[in-house]
Amino acid sequence: MARSTRMLIVAAIVLTAAGLATFVGMAFLRSNPPTIDFAANHKAGQAVDIRLQTVGSYGHYPHPTWVTYMTQAPDGKWVHTTLWDLPAHTRINVTIDQYDSGSPLRNQQIGQVEGTIGGYMTLNGKKVKVLDSYAGNGVGHTFSVPTLGINVPLYGNSSSATLCAVAPCSATSSKYPHNTIKFSFMTPGVGQYPWQCFVPCAAGFLYGNSGPMQTIGYMDGFLKVVNT
Amino acid sequence: MAESDAGADQLAGGDGPPPGGGGAGEVSAVTGHSTGTPESHPMRAILPVWLLVSIAGDLLFWFLAGPHIPPGRMTSSAGGAVFDFNVLFVIAWPVVFGVWSYMAYALWHWRASRVPNDPVAGPYSRGHLGVQTAWIVVSTCIVIGVFIFGTVELVVPSGAGSAEGPDPIWTPSSHTVLPIQVIGQQWKWTYRYPTFGGFETTSLVIPDHTTIAFHVTSLDVIHDFWAYQLGVKADANPQQDNVAYTTTEEMGSFVVRCDELCGLWHGAMFNYGRVISKSAFAAWAKRTKAQLAANTKYLPPFQWTYVPDANGADGGYYPDNVDPYSKVEIYGAQKVKL
Repeated sequence: MARSTRMLIVAAIVLTAAGLATFVGMAFLRSNPPTIDFAANHKAGQAVDIRLQTVGSYGHYPHPTWVTYMTQAPDGKWVHTTLWDLPAHTRINVTIDQYDSGSPLRNQQIGQVEGTIGGYMTLNGKKVKVLDSYAGNGVGHTFSVPTLGINVPLYGNSSSATLCAVAPCSATSSKYPHNTIKFSFMTPGVGQYPWQCFVPCAAGFLYGNSGPMQTIGYMDGFLKVVNT
Repeated sequence: MAESDAGADQLAGGDGPPPGGGGAGEVSAVTGHSTGTPESHPMRAILPVWLLVSIAGDLLFWFLAGPHIPPGRMTSSAGGAVFDFNVLFVIAWPVVFGVWSYMAYALWHWRASRVPNDPVAGPYSRGHLGVQTAWIVVSTCIVIGVFIFGTVELVVPSGAGSAEGPDPIWTPSSHTVLPIQVIGQQWKWTYRYPTFGGFETTSLVIPDHTTIAFHVTSLDVIHDFWAYQLGVKADANPQQDNVAYTTTEEMGSFVVRCDELCGLWHGAMFNYGRVISKSAFAAWAKRTKAQLAANTKYLPPFQWTYVPDANGADGGYYPDNVDPYSKVEIYGAQKVKL
């Protein structure tokens, strides 16, 4: 084979490999969970209802063992995302079904409910302002928006119980234990506000801080506040 | 430094006769321009301009720009940083302008159209012992002077707002120091006030005209507490009590940022603090203590550091296999220096 032909083949292989690597890299970087639009068709003065759930393990590709939040879209379908469009200056009523276990908090400061309307949440119908994470089943997760001063600890389920391990979990099923937490907050002006879980809940990762704790769509997300 | 003096006596050290003979009143065969009158040393032409611009620039900067240099004068360490920056500018400006002006002179005076054959040896590349000596002496004096100045400015104001580790050697002279514990975690700052019952809050509020001891630590990875307008910056390391001092001198608000890349929401790890009057602070502390009392009773006993690897989601994921439900093991006791 001529030298020039060999060089052409090598160049083609190198270019193809580089192209594939770029494609995979860009696909990885550009992959984002979908955004649920709660702002569409919103009327001024009307509150927005959001239902979420926390599940100890997602149960699906690509990270079946990762802990995650799920969001119920306005059409009732559960979507694996933590990105929402919310109308500005609007009351948001949040309901979270917490299916995961709990533990004492690394920092009990986040046992304090902050930033909600009235400064409280309801836990299975009872008004709560502080959760003692050393009592009972401890705290499983939090819903926190630091830039808005919002923090809501989510009471855990007993780790000895059989917990829901594949999302979405059915809130109407009595098969798996869960706690229902409700609270409301007001959205500020237009902007993007990161939210997260503050419990280092990434099982299997050093100090529980990697994996789903660092991945949008699992335990982190954005409130995308928009004008309607 | 090039020597442009074309006097024949200056050329004797070369490998051969000077270009074009080099005598007074002759025309150089190489340069093509008259060497009839020995050129004065370039520094003689530059010096008056340099002196005038240096003094004018320093005065203008000191009195016009200096008072407005960030981070302002909210604390002793912020004001100290401004003063240090201004002093360094005043020292640096004459040096910078001297180098620039000499470079401009060289570009103009020895440009190719004036020296077409670009001599690489002879009078144009010779050194000048006096200038070289002066350059070395002045540079040495400036560097040593800045070293002494910087050391004094670091030591005298008790670390100048920078962290000194758990055992500070430069401590403030004030007998009333307010300790505030700064706790970093992915991804927010909380503040604990040990002299007010140990409540922990997300708001950093401090009294005016008070010396503050920030005890900075972390519950997980390395963060960096950077209170910009306070002129305070300290790494937040897990299981380390990193102490930084400052004294508040003006009331106002300031921003706190994490200055150590710490994960996904590092860029969102910031909040705002306030310096308020002593009476307002006392009222705030009393009010906040009462508001947070329900949660404060569940906080662990105040310690300067907390062991971060023994607690978290459901336990058992951590390398030391410490029982996550043990309050004793969760928070490792460290020395108390209240």
